[in-house]
Amino acid sequence: MRFVDEFRDPELAEVLGREITALCEPGRHYKIMEVCGGHTHTIYRYGVQDHLPEDIELVHGPGCPVCVIPMGRVDDGIAIAERDGVILTCFGDMMRVPGGRGSFLEANARGADIRMVYSPLDALRIARQNPDRQVVFYAIGFETTAPSTALTVLRAAQEGIENFSVFCNHVTIIPAIKAILDSPDLRLDAFIGPGHVSTVIGCRPYEWIPRDFAMPLVCAGFEPLDLLQSVYMIMKQFADGRAEVENQYSRVVHYDGNPVALKVLADVFALRPFFEWRGLGSIAHSALKLSPKYAHYDAELRYDLPGVRVADPKACQCGEVLKGVLKPWECKVFGTACTPETPIGTCMVSSEGACAAYYNYGQYAKQRLTLEVLK
Amino acid sequence: MTKQFTEDEVGERIEAMRRRPQRFRDERVTMAHGAGGKASRALVEGLVVPLLANPALEQLSDAGLLTVGTARLAMSTDAFVVRPIRFPGGSIGELAVNGTVNDLAVSGARPLALSAALVLEEGLAAEVLEAEIAAMAAAARLANISVITGDTKVVERGKCDSMYIVTTGLGIIDEGVALSPQLVRPGDKVLVSGTVGDHGVAIMLARGDLDIEADVSSDTQPLWSLVSALLGTCGAGIRCMRDATRGGVATVLNEIALSAEVGIVLEENRVPVRPEVVGAGEILGIDPLYVANEGKLVAFVAPELADAALAAMRAEPAGREAAIVGEVREEPPGRVLGRTSFGGHRLIDMLVGDPLPRIC
Repeated sequence: MRFVDEFRDPELAEVLGREITALCEPGRHYKIMEVCGGHTHTIYRYGVQDHLPEDIELVHGPGCPVCVIPMGRVDDGIAIAERDGVILTCFGDMMRVPGGRGSFLEANARGADIRMVYSPLDALRIARQNPDRQVVFYAIGFETTAPSTALTVLRAAQEGIENFSVFCNHVTIIPAIKAILDSPDLRLDAFIGPGHVSTVIGCRPYEWIPRDFAMPLVCAGFEPLDLLQSVYMIMKQFADGRAEVENQYSRVVHYDGNPVALKVLADVFALRPFFEWRGLGSIAHSALKLSPKYAHYDAELRYDLPGVRVADPKACQCGEVLKGVLKPWECKVFGTACTPETPIGTCMVSSEGACAAYYNYGQYAKQRLTLEVLK
Repeated sequence: MTKQFTEDEVGERIEAMRRRPQRFRDERVTMAHGAGGKASRALVEGLVVPLLANPALEQLSDAGLLTVGTARLAMSTDAFVVRPIRFPGGSIGELAVNGTVNDLAVSGARPLALSAALVLEEGLAAEVLEAEIAAMAAAARLANISVITGDTKVVERGKCDSMYIVTTGLGIIDEGVALSPQLVRPGDKVLVSGTVGDHGVAIMLARGDLDIEADVSSDTQPLWSLVSALLGTCGAGIRCMRDATRGGVATVLNEIALSAEVGIVLEENRVPVRPEVVGAGEILGIDPLYVANEGKLVAFVAPELADAALAAMRAEPAGREAAIVGEVREEPPGRVLGRTSFGGHRLIDMLVGDPLPRIC
């Protein structure tokens, strides 16, 4: 298929793999974190690691929108959905995220009306079609999805749709990266930057990373060759003794981001003083809520919510996995008590979660054996 | 500090978990139980089969087998609740005939007769009903089978979505035909009878929730003629066949790998997929390997007869785009591995819940 196959060419991958290997300093181990869950998915889905030398380890980062939702926020969503006349709408990945009182899927089995949508505009359409019901959009995601929520709020305001509101869980990527760099348990060498977030915020917001931490960051696309090329660019920086922000995903990402989207975000949202991230704890200025101008559409103000902080299950080590301290299979409950069908932790839910990606695609990699089998 | 396990030990622990008898522990039925993946497996193997326990049912194949005198009969039943009831390439009536015919066919049984039960919603337009009965009649003619008995029930408005159909089929297995996952051996080739994912994607697009337009039609079609040709050409070289409906080709491969205790290696770039289906899958984050088909089978064939089987399939209208897509190995038992089009590898596990789209 055009515009897809070009980015998945196995022969080019082999060439890149060889050039990357040639750039490795003998005896050195490289830890490169891909921040974004979309990258994690691609790595496992296509077996990107198979083209990399063993000395390059890809560490999975916190950029999976579903994975960072704390249990209490799931319960809040269920509390909204259980009110008479409410239709809660959300992206598909949210349906199986476990809260303290089960998942949205289970809430539906108990009688709630929680519907999967592909875009917040679909939620607004449902509101238009059901004027006698309250329709709430359960918004999640980083700067990637926040503009579409913002535009939907603007559309609702324009059309004067009053039975629509947003339960906002949008988070921002930079504070999460800061939290990871501040974590004492982890030594990273470089970052593969989140491509889709960067389409919105651009590359400048990362410049402090090479400056303060002397670590390269390359914004990358989501096809397997994009990732290999990004690793190559990082390795080239090491070889040249550079540490810079570079943009591999230049076909989509502008270095200065998308000014229109940024303006809309600034208009519709305001920074929360702090927000709880699953596994990472409370992080200052790391999430968005509706700005006072659009507070009218804020479900948190419209409904009385439990707003209770629910501690993660003791056995769950999502925090360590999100920070890249633990590999998914190093978690105590991985694959036994916690599986994609009965997840304990969020990392096991979305296909972008490191645990789910590893479980579904990589698990049992038993790398050497597998490669023998595949010969 | 708890003991730190190695990756291999964790793999073995998971493998043991995976083979444990299924238990149904959910408090309520959720939509995931109907999606044909792991939750469906827990519902069937953990609740239904233990209560109805009998040797024929416990085979968990597409049809139950019974012997009457010297005749070996196969019986299969299926409920059809598709929404919308009409979609590009077919409709619920056609599906209800083909679905049951195909369950019999892949069991090696020549379809003899069908029954049909209709559950109709109060208010259903007569012309819609008539069109669906006519669609059943046309499909039955094409599959050379008759609907010889049936039942109709009407429920209040809102208690069912337009109409549901349950069909049951009876078939006879010719002498000498033996198909079973237990016959699958390392070295056997894996064939699919055509493009995968057409039906599921056609339905998703027909729902109109997505604002994606693509020319994708359901592949609903009867497979007995194809199966008959395969059995005629390759005889006992055909080890086992499955109808790749809910859960798609990936789920079928996992079921066979588990029950035959073999490994399966799938060459992903050899699996035929229409570009429109690839495109829709890319946009929605759905892997066509897990998407339902309604007229495609997966066959396990002895290596020396694989080319003959492929030729026999391709000579049939339902198998023109058939392909050899993989091979059975000894290792790793119970697992399906994919060699990706990118030259890497991955595990292909059973489906979990609905194929939910990724969000970004």
